Amino acid sequence: MNIDKKITHDLVANDISFVTTVPCKQLAGVIEEIDNHDEIFHIPSNKEDEGMGLCAGAWMGGKRPAIIMQNTAIGVTINTLATLIQYYRMPLPMLISYRGELREPVACQVEMAVHTKALLAQMNIPTYHFHKQSDVEELDMILKYTFMCNKPVAILTDANFWGGYGDQ
Amino acid sequence: MIRSEILKEIAPILRDQLVVCNIGIPSQELHAIDDQPTNFYMLGTMGLSSSIGLGLALAQDKTVISIDGDGSVLTNLCTLPTIANNVADNYILMIIDNGSYGSTGDQPTYTGKKTSLAGMARAAGCDNVVEVMDVDTGPALEKAIAEQKMTVMVVKCDSGNAKMPVITMDPVVIKDRFMKAVTA
Ligand SMILES: Cc1ncc(C[n+]2csc(CCOP(=O)(O)OP(=O)(O)O)c2C)c(N)n1
Ligand SMILES: [Mg+2]
Repeated sequence: MNIDKKITHDLVANDISFVTTVPCKQLAGVIEEIDNHDEIFHIPSNKEDEGMGLCAGAWMGGKRPAIIMQNTAIGVTINTLATLIQYYRMPLPMLISYRGELREPVACQVEMAVHTKALLAQMNIPTYHFHKQSDVEELDMILKYTFMCNKPVAILTDANFWGGYGDQ
Repeated sequence: MIRSEILKEIAPILRDQLVVCNIGIPSQELHAIDDQPTNFYMLGTMGLSSSIGLGLALAQDKTVISIDGDGSVLTNLCTLPTIANNVADNYILMIIDNGSYGSTGDQPTYTGKKTSLAGMARAAGCDNVVEVMDVDTGPALEKAIAEQKMTVMVVKCDSGNAKMPVITMDPVVIKDRFMKAVTA
């Protein structure tokens, strides 16, 4: 199974039925796959903090949410993570493309990459880093863990995990 | 009328609905006027009342009213296209437009000048947008609930705040009793 299919399969298997996204080149495949699944309501958001608000509402309405976003969005969402998701203690799996890591072609992406893990650590957000394709095997456990502990949980997925960018 | 006077007047209408209430004095006023388990009080996160309410409305069938503010909508303007394009007919966004950042001391916002939130909502693609004066809020809200059509209400009113105590209820308690009310 390719990783886009495997990720979507694990979301569905964990009863995640409300997914919001702000795209990243690396996430294009998984977003397309999610759109192919009727079990998941996909609501694109325009900004990631807005997306987290949607997820908080969906959770309180009885649906298991997830957000798919780029690591640069950590810079957008700190306040929302602290004062909404963590303060009210809500679960939120965050599938995050980890731009600015090995095999990154765009230098500016490195500028948020160097802060990503430090910010997540400062926020006490459980953080997993997928670097090899086989790391996806842990996703199912991470999702179960997220809904067990009612916390936002970050899954950083770097370019190597996604198979690089081809010839750039 | 100021916000607290409107909330007092519509409290009997809000009582039976799921309400997501904006950060700061709006939540303090609603909490003091008529605390209900069906009220979700925001204690922080300026801007996200409309988004939380939309997510909630899309996830279940009961009517959801997001009470928002002009300043908060301005800071999360991208909510309007998301609302317009993901129609939930059990969703009402009621923006109390007092033309100011009321909670922080009534500093003016641009909606008291050239900017129209109703116009922006329409341009974003929202189909049912109504602008009403403070005194007409109750009937307009009842109409929106009865119609069962997604509605954006912009309520024009005066700037000013009632003196109410801060909410000391723990956020997890607010969430827990709200979630129980959602499924009740
Ligand atoms: C990110 C952020 N910036 C500023 C504030 C301070 N703040 C809290 S409430 C508020 C005003 C909100 O105004 P509005 O939405 O119009 O509501 P009103 O109190 O006027 O009803 C502001 C600026 C905040 N809580 N968070
Ligand atoms: Mg205001």
